[in-house]
Amino acid sequence: MLCFGLNISLGSVSIPFSATVKSLLGYPVQNDSWNYIIWNYRVPKAFTALLVGSGLSLSGLLMQTLFRNPLAGPFVLGISSGASLGAALLIMGISLFPGLMAFGFVNDVSLAIAASLGSFLVLLIVMVVALRVKDTLALLIIGLMFGSITAAIVSVLSYFSDAEKLQQYIYWSFGSVGNLSWAQLLLLFGILLIGIILSIASIKSLNALLLGEKYAQSLGINMKKYRYSIIVAAGLLAGGVTAFAGPIAFIGLAVPHLTRQIFNTTDHKVLLPAVLVYGGILMLLCDTVAQVPNSASVLPINAITSILGAPVVIWLLVRKRKMIF
Amino acid sequence: MKGKSLNAYKTLELAAMVSIVLTEPIASKNVSVLELVALGRQPYTNWIGTLTQKDKSKILEALNVLELIELQHKKCYELSDGQLQRALIARALAQETTLMLLDEPTSHLDLYHKVQILKLLKSIAHKTQTTVLFTSHEIEMAIQLCDKILILGKGENHFGDPCELIEQKAFEKLFPTDTVTFDARSGSFRIEK
Repeated sequence: MLCFGLNISLGSVSIPFSATVKSLLGYPVQNDSWNYIIWNYRVPKAFTALLVGSGLSLSGLLMQTLFRNPLAGPFVLGISSGASLGAALLIMGISLFPGLMAFGFVNDVSLAIAASLGSFLVLLIVMVVALRVKDTLALLIIGLMFGSITAAIVSVLSYFSDAEKLQQYIYWSFGSVGNLSWAQLLLLFGILLIGIILSIASIKSLNALLLGEKYAQSLGINMKKYRYSIIVAAGLLAGGVTAFAGPIAFIGLAVPHLTRQIFNTTDHKVLLPAVLVYGGILMLLCDTVAQVPNSASVLPINAITSILGAPVVIWLLVRKRKMIF
Repeated sequence: MKGKSLNAYKTLELAAMVSIVLTEPIASKNVSVLELVALGRQPYTNWIGTLTQKDKSKILEALNVLELIELQHKKCYELSDGQLQRALIARALAQETTLMLLDEPTSHLDLYHKVQILKLLKSIAHKTQTTVLFTSHEIEMAIQLCDKILILGKGENHFGDPCELIEQKAFEKLFPTDTVTFDARSGSFRIEK
């Protein structure tokens, strides 16, 4: 709540904290434009940050448990690059195929669908490979390779597309939690809600997966069914977030680790809600830093999450000497 | 099993009948002993895995049988190999099945812990309604501790009481006699010098 208030009270236009609180509580404030800024710009942005942080963190938790790998996350396994590919194909690819112009037009819904489809595609490929490759380290490398492939396709697309489209894509890839209307916010919330419900339904199998797939099977878990529902959940969460906010790094990887450290448990009944809360808070903090309070410039959120996230992971490794999940 | 093909059972039905202890390590060593053993109750818990009073007493019982009460809040990566093996057996015991399958439960343990594990398994088999079936290379210990042995040899597989098997000279044929021979009187192998 405090982070929420802090996030809203800080921004390019300086609004006193007391006025922010008044406005949020529905009291009249001295300046009408303050009210407008808060309700139409800052509050949606704060909610977006919450959703983005929660969604990415939960997706990271699911991936880490499913792949039994502490380094797994939406970014590392190529899900985010898949979403980038989907977005790039939509933004820049469509102009290359004029025939498709009739069907596809770039709006937020189609962008969200394209990014989600892209992330699903990559996730499914990684999953199929995971069935063949037992070594999780190899799987991570494969995920990175997919990242390279999608990056290559994106650069080919960028080469052929015009400056305006390119800029649109680059801005998307910086990541941003601003610019979402209430309607878009609702759509993102809907997508994430499905992901969260699927995750909650898989809590038992996630816990069993801590022992490995064979043990999970012996405990009566239908692995085929749950593997797919976990993947769909992770894809929806990461894909949905990436579609609306761009590829945001590190939150998905770092938050599950932070949460495990704080709660000292591996039970997903505790971890799942905790990860949602911490992810939201961390993302709010990152966004607060990114908007550089009282200045007109807004830094790319992606830069901030990496600058804050990477040292956290390093610190965890150094302190524990090993990364246990 | 019980006159039905294994494939005819649902995963959950089978989970209430057969528990396993594998040689491969568990995926996350960050689970505590208590959490690990509690996972054994999964076939009986509701959709989100809430433990009932009965579940809790079964978990406590399993911890007791395997002498893990003091270790219950330790994480698995803090345990020695022998302790971890006991925790895994406790998990299988908490699953309350009629059959417990173990794949080489005593490999990479020292002699003392091998005997400890096998004696615990024997007491589980005798005190609870559980059939404990395990694979092992420890023939001499198996002869001393097991109720029944199935020898997987080349061509023929003998099955029966250890004493019967010795009388049948089933152990003699296991290894080339120029390297080791079986001494029927002591029930152990002798190295040919």
